[in-house]
Amino acid sequence: MKRSRSARTALPIGLSLLVSATLAAPVAQAADVNIYTSRQPELIQPVLDAFTEETGLSTATIFIDKGLEERVKAEGANSPADLIMTVDIGRLDAAKQAGVVQPVESAVLAENIPEQFRDGEKEWFALTARGRVVYASKDRFDADSITYEELADPKWKGRLCTRSGQHQYNIALIAAYIAHHGEDAARQWVTGLRDNLARRPEGGDRDQAKAIFAGECDIAIGNTYYVGKMATNDKEPEQKEWANAIKVIMPTFDNGLTHVNISGVSLAKNAPNADNAVKLMEFLSSDEAQKIYAELNYEYPVEPGIETSDLVKSFGELKPDSLPLDEIAEHRTKASEIVDEVNYDGGPQS
Amino acid sequence: MSVIPSDNIRRFLPWRIERRGRGDDGYLAVAFVLAALVAMPFAALVWLAASGSSSNWSHLATTILPEASRVTLQLMLGVAVLTGTFGVVTAWLVASFDFPGRRLFSWALVLPLAVPTYIAAYCFVEFLHFAGPVQSAIRAVFGFQSSRDYWFPDVRSLWGAILILSSVLYPYVYLTVRMVFLMQGRKAADVARTLGASQATVFLKVLFPLARPAIAIGVSLALMESVNDIGAVEFLGVRTLTFAVYSTWLNRGDLYGATQIALLMLAVIVLLVMVERFARRKQRFTLGRADRPQPGSEKLSGGRAFLASAACALPILLGFAIPLLVLGDFALRRLDQLGDPQLWRALFHTVTLAGTTGLVTVLVGFMLAYGVRLTGSKRLLLMTRLAVLGYAVPGTVLAIGILIPLAGLDNWVDARMRAGFDVSTGLLLTGSGIAIVYAGFVRFMAMGHGSLESGFTKLSPHLDMAARTLGRSPGATLFEVILPLMRPALLTAFLLVFVEASKELSATILLRPFDFETLATFVYAQTSRSAFEDGAVAALLIVLVGILPVAILNRSILAETARG
Repeated sequence: MKRSRSARTALPIGLSLLVSATLAAPVAQAADVNIYTSRQPELIQPVLDAFTEETGLSTATIFIDKGLEERVKAEGANSPADLIMTVDIGRLDAAKQAGVVQPVESAVLAENIPEQFRDGEKEWFALTARGRVVYASKDRFDADSITYEELADPKWKGRLCTRSGQHQYNIALIAAYIAHHGEDAARQWVTGLRDNLARRPEGGDRDQAKAIFAGECDIAIGNTYYVGKMATNDKEPEQKEWANAIKVIMPTFDNGLTHVNISGVSLAKNAPNADNAVKLMEFLSSDEAQKIYAELNYEYPVEPGIETSDLVKSFGELKPDSLPLDEIAEHRTKASEIVDEVNYDGGPQS
Repeated sequence: MSVIPSDNIRRFLPWRIERRGRGDDGYLAVAFVLAALVAMPFAALVWLAASGSSSNWSHLATTILPEASRVTLQLMLGVAVLTGTFGVVTAWLVASFDFPGRRLFSWALVLPLAVPTYIAAYCFVEFLHFAGPVQSAIRAVFGFQSSRDYWFPDVRSLWGAILILSSVLYPYVYLTVRMVFLMQGRKAADVARTLGASQATVFLKVLFPLARPAIAIGVSLALMESVNDIGAVEFLGVRTLTFAVYSTWLNRGDLYGATQIALLMLAVIVLLVMVERFARRKQRFTLGRADRPQPGSEKLSGGRAFLASAACALPILLGFAIPLLVLGDFALRRLDQLGDPQLWRALFHTVTLAGTTGLVTVLVGFMLAYGVRLTGSKRLLLMTRLAVLGYAVPGTVLAIGILIPLAGLDNWVDARMRAGFDVSTGLLLTGSGIAIVYAGFVRFMAMGHGSLESGFTKLSPHLDMAARTLGRSPGATLFEVILPLMRPALLTAFLLVFVEASKELSATILLRPFDFETLATFVYAQTSRSAFEDGAVAALLIVLVGILPVAILNRSILAETARG
């Protein structure tokens, strides 16, 4: 009895030690280009596969959300990261400010990516754009246009839904508002939005469409590509109904242009495979990759002349705001403070 | 009666002073090194918090800090009350009475532990939202059309968060308390019953006071997990201090300020734990000998039996059945994912990481707890108390605290090797499985150490004394006396840590190597692009990975019962 018991304990311990030994070895050997990304693997893998097929260079990725810059910084000179791919201008700027990226001189990138969508100091390059737009109820919202400013109009009281004001997409929108109208006007605007809320901000962008479908609110703020994802969700046909309950309105600032955010790429400061990494950056800005992005993710390609998917076309034309993106990044801290100051996430006050 | 207040013995035998023996100092040194290893991330965080002055405090103090503190305290209070109620009532029922389904309940009550909090939150929202089965049924019955036609409680709220977190966290209380009821409690309860006390009196006057340390351990685990949680509270729109930690760090680019808030939260937890320990400083119970756990056999019938079954079924329904139902529904439409080799690799990574983390945690936890018992070192005791706090720190913040010293060490070694031998060693630990295991044992030391410490308190100091008096060395005492008796506690500790580690997300995601997925990171990647449904199969696998240890855990306790 006793012996069999110790045998039973010894076996798992022995096995685990074996496993620990495996863990101690470098689990995955780095590839020709190593990518730290805050974009979900599903969204970039098809493009990376196309790159490997064309060049024969392999890629390896780590999806890191919070703390990506901190990891690269801590790893310092020995960091295996070649490229840093992130979503949101705030994150691209954060990597730049943290000093973990380096400028890239590339005629290809300069030619493919319009000036507005790349950093003046060449430390980041946008690859895709997405509009921050209005989802409106097909049944309960008649107008076909609205401005961002009008969203705070008291006539929409109790009819607006959004996700948390502290979400990076909303922070970027508020930061753009600050850039356009100044801090005080932005504070008033966010207060107005808060008073129009139908309920406390919660969930993600898809949940706002769902809330419109459920009749909880009539207008919501969300990113363009989610509509595409919902409308084509064969696994959860219920989401098609949500998408069907809403129409996309391209809201504009009073300059007639729509706020866009970006996903982008930077070359890591200590990139061990810088040459290959730049090749991949150039590939990501090419026609081929931009087309994959547009079709697969329902995003807007940054390269002019690449068509968006038919579904995205049905949203109407997107005229991106000409506001420099780094100016938006600059106002992020203030935007985040305003959200707290007016207690936006506390929801409607009465 | 075998319940002995051991402090009295200690007064007569100078146990704490004169028992350093051969080998003790060496052991103590090792224990200190281990404790330091666990404490290092905290040191890194303190250094981080101190190295930057945050401009955020005036902003925070005048805006969300009061509100976030209130919400956090309410959440803690709610979770403490609800996990305490669920855990103690169910433990009392299955340990004291015989009623239909008791055998099933006694192990099924642990199952919710296998469900990660953020997955439970998603499932509850899915279950109770407008298009979910509950509201659809209500609309069908009453003929409502829109959500504005009727009132339905919003699960995305503070009370929703309390309910959801408690539904999956109460097993900590259930497990620790049931053990007490089965072991010390049984005999005390039987004596009280023989003396004519009613079941209610026995519960209030005998069992509850006996179980207080166990309740404290269980509830504090549940509280720490509630406080460090970000996934569930963010999704439910409940703005706790942890939410403020992340918005300060990520939106205002202020890691220093974020660390300061996190450490402040930690201080509050420390305070609470100290208050609780102080409140029961006079109480200490140990067993005169190693009793076998023994369930009570008072038969319930009729309405009472039904009530007992219902009381046990409720938390299982909330914490396990609902999540399983929702996940199962999504997963059925995605069975093709089972053919994806990546999913199986993720499963393999999850199990190996959790197993290794479990072993390392139990080993280190045991060495610390035994070190305290062996030498009575106050300093080691203090360090172990600090060591278990990892669980109260938001996961990603703790991971930063691990990342910085590990990468620092790697780079230092690399620089030395370059200078001395002209070879670059690169990053050896950072971005390896070791970093994740390290993070895991720092995070989950609370589970491991908690079970072991309560295991040790059940062993009378007589045992060590007798063995040592009879000439056994500390080592021999350990292997011949302590370890065999501690086997159940060791197993419990290992399985608890294993289950926790198989759900671990935030440290894994930040510290992992290239192309390395666990089930949890796989689910997270889906949810973070708003497609939780696509992670349902993996989420279900996480739950399954957790169920197996839970079943073993219970079987081993039952086996002990049968033998006793």
